[in-house]
Amino acid sequence: MTGTDTGAATVTAAALALGDDALILSHRLGEWAGHAPVLEEEVALANIALDLLGQARILLSMVGDEDELAFLREERSFRNLQLVEQPNGDFAHTIARQLYFSVHQHELYAELARGEGPFAPLAAKAVKETAYHRDHAEQWTLRLGDGTEESRARMQAALQALWKFTGELFQPVEGLGGVDWAALEERWLAALTDVVERAGLTLPEGPRTGAWAAGAGRQGLHTESFGRMLAEMQHLHRSHPGASW
Amino acid sequence: MTQNWPLWEVFVRSRRGLSHTHAGSLHAPDAEMALRNARDLYTRRNEGISIWVVPSTAVTASSPDERDPFFAPSADKPYRHPTFYDIPEGVSHL
Amino acid sequence: MVAVTPETGPDTALGTDGTDGTGMTATADLGAQLAAAFDAAVAADERVEPRDWMPEQYRATLVRQMAQHAHSEIIGMQPEANWITRAPSLRRKAILMAKVQDEAGHGLYLYSAAETLGTSRDELLDKLHSGKQKYSSIFNYPTLTWADVGAIGWLVDGAAITNQVPICRCSYGPYARAMVRICKEESFHQRQGFELLMALSKGTEEQHAMAQDAVNRWWWPSLMMFGPPDDESAHSAQSMAWRIKRHSNDELRQRFVDIAVPQAESLGLTLPDPDLKWNEERGHHDFGAIDWAEFWDVLKGNGPCNEQRIGQRRRAHEEGAWVRDAAAAYAQKQAAQQAAKHAGANEEARV
Repeated sequence: MTGTDTGAATVTAAALALGDDALILSHRLGEWAGHAPVLEEEVALANIALDLLGQARILLSMVGDEDELAFLREERSFRNLQLVEQPNGDFAHTIARQLYFSVHQHELYAELARGEGPFAPLAAKAVKETAYHRDHAEQWTLRLGDGTEESRARMQAALQALWKFTGELFQPVEGLGGVDWAALEERWLAALTDVVERAGLTLPEGPRTGAWAAGAGRQGLHTESFGRMLAEMQHLHRSHPGASW
Repeated sequence: MTQNWPLWEVFVRSRRGLSHTHAGSLHAPDAEMALRNARDLYTRRNEGISIWVVPSTAVTASSPDERDPFFAPSADKPYRHPTFYDIPEGVSHL
Repeated sequence: MVAVTPETGPDTALGTDGTDGTGMTATADLGAQLAAAFDAAVAADERVEPRDWMPEQYRATLVRQMAQHAHSEIIGMQPEANWITRAPSLRRKAILMAKVQDEAGHGLYLYSAAETLGTSRDELLDKLHSGKQKYSSIFNYPTLTWADVGAIGWLVDGAAITNQVPICRCSYGPYARAMVRICKEESFHQRQGFELLMALSKGTEEQHAMAQDAVNRWWWPSLMMFGPPDDESAHSAQSMAWRIKRHSNDELRQRFVDIAVPQAESLGLTLPDPDLKWNEERGHHDFGAIDWAEFWDVLKGNGPCNEQRIGQRRRAHEEGAWVRDAAAAYAQKQAAQQAAKHAGANEEARV
């Protein structure tokens, strides 16, 4: 059985973890607005960002007031993966981040949707969205990997740069006790290997579970750029305590 | 050396029972991406359940002038329309 | 029954109508005939479609106008995208992202409408990037506070809608159709702006002041969006005759003022014009003189954000070149592979 830990505290922990992932990645994707490589991709990236923001709002609302949670928590209280907070970099970095995360999110939500836990209804809806995000990332991985010399080099570098953040994807999340994380990781690796090979790229080697990456984000340990991102995201809301918008 | 992406015509079926109708066009490097771009662009308000994309260059059109006599001959054959025929009052199911 | 044969087509008309038998006269006559037919069709409110004959000047005017319109949509993403990462609530953030996305979408609709006239999006983008084609000057003003997002929605989109609704009946079919789609989507933009300002106006003192300040800064530039006064507008008369335009700049400006005044009242905000008052006799609001010197100055490139806006656009395009190239290269490789596979299959079939 999947996701059957229904104790209030553990549900909260899981909702925060999943909600923060969606919230923070959505924010990063929102930074692309007006900067995308082609107009069609402005629309595509915004669609993904909006899907994720919608998921984040549902998940955070399971915990409390969505805006208080998004705008009034300090950096150390955020429970998102370090992967999703990584800066956009070039388009290849954004696609690599999308690929690593959306394959994971799709597999995880598919599993949650099959269960009967508190996240099943959300997961059932979100799994369709994440299927599209995953497809988008895979399509672009193929094109960048098997496109030009330059795009291949950029995509390979991006896969490499973000690789060390992928170990955290499979650290068990409190409140999602029913998930078989080892099997999830296996499916993820198989999917990644397949698409990366079809794209003529190689799966990076090297550690995925370093001291700062093994579940650190889930425990509120983030990377430097995250604080800056939050400062920007939260400043207006915090400048007007108690105001409604 | 930037290469331009070709233009695609997009047809959207808005719901079951209706045919695909032309929605507009867009650019994409290939058919797969054209479909995805079309989904993002032309159905983001729930406007469709099925999409066709066709390379714009693959469309053969009837004539260079859309007010051309190509279609005039069909205008003077009123006997093709049911309203052409007088039916006495009281006759039903016809 | 009248036999309709192909002889009555325009090709034979060209031969039979030439009076002195020289091609020259025939061609000139044909030109005049086509022009007369075109004018008559437009006057009868018939739509012109891409492959119809049309005067060169009509085509050029449309390409210029549709391109400028498309450019405005995509440059117009910037001042609002400026606030996506700082939106003060998740609800507002979602709304703003969806709105900026719509603007990219509207740009796409309009570029594809322009492309029906034989130009390409890349050509048009090059002209935008090199400054040969303009975009609406309003986007050369900065968004300094969150309230500017509301002011843009209410006033700038409001003015744009006033301008655009008549274009839904523009004589050029593809442009009119794109505008129908756009206008439907725009009404959400204006409403969200109004609602955003309402929340601020009714909020704390600081929020109210923020809203008033934004309206003060955006009001006059919004009035300028309708273009120069009728007697100074270079393209107006011909565009009206061709039904590309349906109302004059001043008419539309007046319509907008009349709509905005009561809306400002219900927002609890004032409009920064001491001369603004109802004129019973005209049945319209009188309003103060617009600073056209500022308008021309911003148009010439001296607005607060001209360089920034076009700079960002150019950068996004240049930095995206390798991505577009990669996708194009991939498509070529795939097509080549497909072709090779087919050839192989045919070969096998023969064996």
